[in-house]
Amino acid sequence: MSAKSLVEEMKRGLDAPICLTWELTYACNLQCVHCLSSSGQRDERELSTEEAKKILDDLRDLQVFYINIGGGEPMVRRDFFELLEYSVANGIGVKFSTNGAFIDEEKARRLAAMDYLDIQISLDGVDAATNDAVRGEGSYDMAIRAMENLKAANFGQFKISVVVTRHNVSQLDQFKALADHYGAQLRVTRLRPAGRGADTWHELHPTNAQQREIYNWLLKHGENVLTGDSFFHLNALGESLPGLNMCGAGRVVCLIDPIGDVYACPFVIHDEFKAGNVRDEGGFAKVWKQSDLFLSLREPQSAGACASCGAFDACQGGCMAAKFFTGLPLDGPDPECVGGDADEALSIIARGSEPKPSMDHSKPVTLTRKKLSVSASH
Amino acid sequence: MTVALESVLEIHPQVAVRPETFGALAYHYGNRRLIFLKHPDVVTVVQALNDHPDVQSTLSACGVTQDRWPSFVAALSSLETSEVVRERQIAS
Repeated sequence: MSAKSLVEEMKRGLDAPICLTWELTYACNLQCVHCLSSSGQRDERELSTEEAKKILDDLRDLQVFYINIGGGEPMVRRDFFELLEYSVANGIGVKFSTNGAFIDEEKARRLAAMDYLDIQISLDGVDAATNDAVRGEGSYDMAIRAMENLKAANFGQFKISVVVTRHNVSQLDQFKALADHYGAQLRVTRLRPAGRGADTWHELHPTNAQQREIYNWLLKHGENVLTGDSFFHLNALGESLPGLNMCGAGRVVCLIDPIGDVYACPFVIHDEFKAGNVRDEGGFAKVWKQSDLFLSLREPQSAGACASCGAFDACQGGCMAAKFFTGLPLDGPDPECVGGDADEALSIIARGSEPKPSMDHSKPVTLTRKKLSVSASH
Repeated sequence: MTVALESVLEIHPQVAVRPETFGALAYHYGNRRLIFLKHPDVVTVVQALNDHPDVQSTLSACGVTQDRWPSFVAALSSLETSEVVRERQIAS
C-alpha cells in the first residue's frame, strides 16, 4: 500500500484514535495569552477520579496506545499521579504537557521512576523576556527549574515544547541548543487561533516570510524535531515535511476536555465541533464510533475554493481550526496559506466577528492586572 | 540481522498490535514509534510468529503460498529494522 492510499484510509477514520488529547483540568497557575482552552479556573463539573479511571478502562479496551494529557495545568489535580499510574498500569502510555511549576526535586524523582511516560515542558522563548510576554511573568524560570530538576533526577529525554510565534521564529536554533544542553528533544508546534489564542493570533502568528523560515528550518532539522505533524500547511512550499500530511480531527485524534466533552481536536473547543460527552450512555467508544460529527468528518471533504490550486494535494487546505476561528470558510484556504490565497478574505472579516470559543475559564482580570498589561505594552 | 525463511522471530515484547481495516497499527512503547502494517496477511503472520518454530513454518501455517514468501520475508525484514519483531529470545 502506498503512503498516499494509507492517508486515504486514515481519513476514513480508525476503529479507535491513535492517540488522544485529554485536558484534565481547566485550572491553571498561568494565563498564557495563546491558551487553546482558555484555561485558568477549575470547572466544577470536572470529571472525578472514578470517572477518569472509567475513561482509562474504555481507552484500554479500545487499545489506544497513548494519551496526551494537558490542561490547564494537569499537575494541579490532586489525583494526577494516581491517574498517571493507573493509565500506565493499563498499558496506556502517557505524554503530559506542563508548565513545570510543580516539578520540584521530589516530583522529578517520582516521575523519573515511571515507565512509559513522556513529559513536555512548555517554553515559548529562549529568554525570560520573550517567553514571559506570552506565558506570564516568572514562567521562564519555572520551566528552567523543572528542566534542571528532571535532569538531576535522571529522567532521561524529556521534551521542550514550543509554540512558534512571530517573536520566537528567530530562536529556533537556540531552542535546539537548549534542548541539546538538557539531553531533551525539541517539539515545535503551530500557533492556533483557538481559545485565548483567537484574541492574540493576529499579533502573534508568524509572518509569511517567517513561514518560509520555519519550513526551511524543519526541512533541515525535521527528523530530529517533533512537530505533531502540525505544519502540513507549509508543504505547499515544495518538498513535504516529515509526518502524516493530513488533518486527523475526528479521524485519528480527538480531545476529551475536563468535563468530559469530546471534541474533534484540541484546537476546536467550540459547540460546532463537539461530538458528545463521555458521561453519555455508551461512553467514549460510542462517541468515537457513532457521533454524527465524527462520521461526517470521515466523509470525503470538499476542497472548495482550493480545488483549482495546484498545491492542494500538498497542503490539503490546511487546518480546520485555524480557518474556523479566523472566520474563514472550512472549504477554503488556511489563514496562513503560503500562497497568500486567504489574505483577501481575511482582510474583509471584521475583527471580533469571528466565532468565539463556547467556554471561557480565564481568571477574572483584576484592575491591577489590567493596568499592568497596559503599561507593559507601551 | 537479516531475516530469512529459517529465522526464528517473535513480536517485540514492547510492541502492541491493533488490527485496523487496512492491516494494523503497531506501537512500540520503548522507542515510542508508530508503525503501519499495511496488509491484513502480514498482520496474521506477525501475530502467529510466536506459535511456530521459524518464519517458513509460520508462512505455511498461515496459508501464504510459496510465490509470496519473498515479499513476506522482505516485509518481516523491515519490521525487524523498526523493532516490531525481533530474534526470539529463549527464556533461560
